[in-house]
Amino acid sequence: MIEARALSKRFGALDAVTQATFTARDGQITGLLGPNGAGKSTCLRMLYGVLAPDSGSACIDGIDIRGETSAARAHLGVLPHAAGLYNNLTARENITYFGSLHGMHPERLRERTAGLARSLGMESFLERRVKGFSQGQRIKVALARALVHDPKNLILDEPTNGLDVMAIRNLREILLALRDQGRCILFSSHVMQEVAALCDRVVIIGRGRVLADDTPQSIREGSSAATLEEAFLRVLGDTEGVG
Amino acid sequence: MRALLIVFVKEFLENLRDRRTLVSALLFGPLFGPLLFGAMVSRMLNQSMVESDEPLHLTVAGADHAPGLIRYLESQDVKLVFAALSEGDARTAVQSGREQVILIVPVDYAARFTAALPAPLLLVADSADSQTRKVADRARQLLTAYGSGIAQLRLQVRGVSPLLAVPVAVNDIDVATPTGRAVVVLGFMTYFVLFAMLMGGLYLAIDSTAGERERGSLEALLSLPVARGSLVGGKILATCAYMCASLAISLTAFVCVFRFVPLERLGMSANLGVGTALEFFAICVPFVPLGAALMAFVASFTRSYREAQTYLTSVLLVPTLPIAFASIYSLKTRSSLMFIPSLSQHLLMTSVLKDEPIAAADVLVSAGSSLCIAMMLFVMTAKHWRREVMLG
Repeated sequence: MIEARALSKRFGALDAVTQATFTARDGQITGLLGPNGAGKSTCLRMLYGVLAPDSGSACIDGIDIRGETSAARAHLGVLPHAAGLYNNLTARENITYFGSLHGMHPERLRERTAGLARSLGMESFLERRVKGFSQGQRIKVALARALVHDPKNLILDEPTNGLDVMAIRNLREILLALRDQGRCILFSSHVMQEVAALCDRVVIIGRGRVLADDTPQSIREGSSAATLEEAFLRVLGDTEGVG
Repeated sequence: MRALLIVFVKEFLENLRDRRTLVSALLFGPLFGPLLFGAMVSRMLNQSMVESDEPLHLTVAGADHAPGLIRYLESQDVKLVFAALSEGDARTAVQSGREQVILIVPVDYAARFTAALPAPLLLVADSADSQTRKVADRARQLLTAYGSGIAQLRLQVRGVSPLLAVPVAVNDIDVATPTGRAVVVLGFMTYFVLFAMLMGGLYLAIDSTAGERERGSLEALLSLPVARGSLVGGKILATCAYMCASLAISLTAFVCVFRFVPLERLGMSANLGVGTALEFFAICVPFVPLGAALMAFVASFTRSYREAQTYLTSVLLVPTLPIAFASIYSLKTRSSLMFIPSLSQHLLMTSVLKDEPIAAADVLVSAGSSLCIAMMLFVMTAKHWRREVMLG
């Protein structure tokens, strides 16, 4: 479970995130939806603890990320916006590096990598150097790297950026499988269709504020819109003047 | 500590696989200095030896007016070429480079010489040309010697002791030992050694900091449950490993190169064998963590690989400043200077070359101060890595 409790963050004169409160539950995919610059990445960065909130707190499975950073991070996998890999290392070495830094035992690390390679379909390129990988292959390696320590919770920042249709479809299936394992998945996106196709719950964010937090269906009904896209525009329209 | 080792191994391995970087860091950097240096020194030595052995060539115009002078010059093994040239012709010939130096004996030379008045001689040379200047200097020396010989004879003939014309006698006493003279030539070497050492770690220092940020792997790394100090420490340690390698390669290259440089033929002994190289290594090693931490520190503030390269190129010049300072003020090894990194290493290495005794305390202070500054830079870098601006 990932909880944002009244998170606020200012950068100079800019209120990047204001009093953001929401919860991503286990066994669910929660989508953080908002236009570019709405504060999605800042919000996620506070949740995985690389940014300190000015006020409020973030908890992973009830553990405060600022208070007990290491303990909280042991339960959390992160795929940041820029999920760069080390080109001179093989896919396996990239994954192993992160696993060992999580303090995993080599034996367990090998088993876990083999399991991930199977479930993510990356056995054919596991021993190859990452240089020259396609975007789809890179995202799989980055995802395996985030999942290597078998975290209960997963945060992904715009994971579908730069992926082609096939790779997006592939990633969607992977995320659904992870959800069905009972994991808590929180991902951000500015693409409506993605969120509609995938999420059990949607948090709409605009100008750093949470504008809606509900199931896609309820959001649609609440704003009496035919599609989620329309509902999204209506919800945002109040504050952003989008239209 | 465990995380630090994991980071170290990964950075070491990753850099090892980058062939182009490796070649430039471990071959070009450390070998460029010794080879350039060996070529320079041996050419310099060959040239100066050839010059002093070769007979002096001199073109003389109006030789008929001074038969005594001509006999003297021939007795001094000067190869004379006689030509009929006016002063103007001589100027053009030297200016255009056809002739190096021309001695002109004017028409009134004989008359004035006989009358015991100063007899004029014209020496045409181009002082801006270092080659012909040396020839002119040698010619001038011979002419002065001839003049003072004549003067002594004249005084004797008039019943005056020639010694009256020599009120003071200056004797040069050159205290430079053979090794000492070589040090002037070899002084540059210490800079090449420090430079090669820094070059060895430059790419890794950039790649593991600014490079990590630029390729977007930094944020994932920072979201791991690992202390930032361990990350920075592992990266600096890996940089140190490559710097030590390039230091060793560069010193080995110097030892090899000086086997072939004919320093002994000039009566200099370049005291550079395997033992000296090991002493150099021991003196320089404490500078390695300082250099690595300094490069990591500077590169951590930059946003891209390119920017880091720009800044670090200036950092590479920092160790030259104390060395340049040392040669301008001709500083000698002194305990109070041992606190200054790079200068202390330079002075100690120079002392080793000169075969001077070295105080153990000086070596310890030099190493200690370098390591202290390295530690400070490491702490500052780790502190910077804990700040949010690292995310970019």
